[in-house]
Amino acid sequence: MVKRMLLGAVAIALVIASAYAALYVAPEERTMGLIQRIFYFHVGSAWAGMDAFFVCFVCNLLYVWKRAPKYDWLAVSSAEVGLVLTTVVLITGPIWAHPVWGIWWTWDARLTSTFVLWLLYVSYLLLRTLIEEPERRALLSSLFGIFAFLDVPLVFGAIRWWRTQHPSPVIMGGPGSGLEHTMKLVLFFSAFAMHVLALFLIVERYVLEEMKNDVDILQREAEAQ
Amino acid sequence: MKNLNSVFAAYLIGWGVFFLFYVTIAKRAHDLRVEIDRLKHSLPRGK
Repeated sequence: MVKRMLLGAVAIALVIASAYAALYVAPEERTMGLIQRIFYFHVGSAWAGMDAFFVCFVCNLLYVWKRAPKYDWLAVSSAEVGLVLTTVVLITGPIWAHPVWGIWWTWDARLTSTFVLWLLYVSYLLLRTLIEEPERRALLSSLFGIFAFLDVPLVFGAIRWWRTQHPSPVIMGGPGSGLEHTMKLVLFFSAFAMHVLALFLIVERYVLEEMKNDVDILQREAEAQ
Repeated sequence: MKNLNSVFAAYLIGWGVFFLFYVTIAKRAHDLRVEIDRLKHSLPRGK
């Protein structure tokens, strides 16, 4: 409990520090100006969200292989946190886009694949509410989770493989891409802060699954008597 | 300071989403804790 509270305090401190760095330390971008400062929060959340979905994917595979409930608990915890992070990406993106593009949204490959990713993980969580039996729920949702993760490489590749309204990648974007040194440091710091926040939320969510398991055990004991 | 409101809106809404999510976790944890206590007391040996 103390360790979890400490992790939460560190996550909050890092998120506040990263916002300060994004708003006051990073230099102003030449063409977009102040609005570009959303970039650090938007991209940091996106990377942390993708990594949360990756954790979910690995746990889905491990559950199918080993059938240990802890993998299912970690998978659903990561999926929920990934969904929250992707929600933030889908909210901050249009707020950034509107003054720059003149539109809130367009159905280009990156935006569409990200929205589809969001829908897939909403479906993953909905599927879990429809199946009562824990082992069947874990197996079917694991199989669906493995399928849902197939969209993540599409989201990653969308701005590399196709022409999109969304800007080209500034990290791992190949020749001609890149970021000013301080901007890059602030971006990596923001991404680190969002990952620590994601870790904290996943741990908190995982504890819920443990408690649900305790309730199931106690209910079975109560019914047996 | 063009678009300052949009920048603050993005950060505040984003933080708001995280905060709401944490509140739902805390609420669910509280409800489960209550349920665990109730079940423990309902068991005859008072586990």
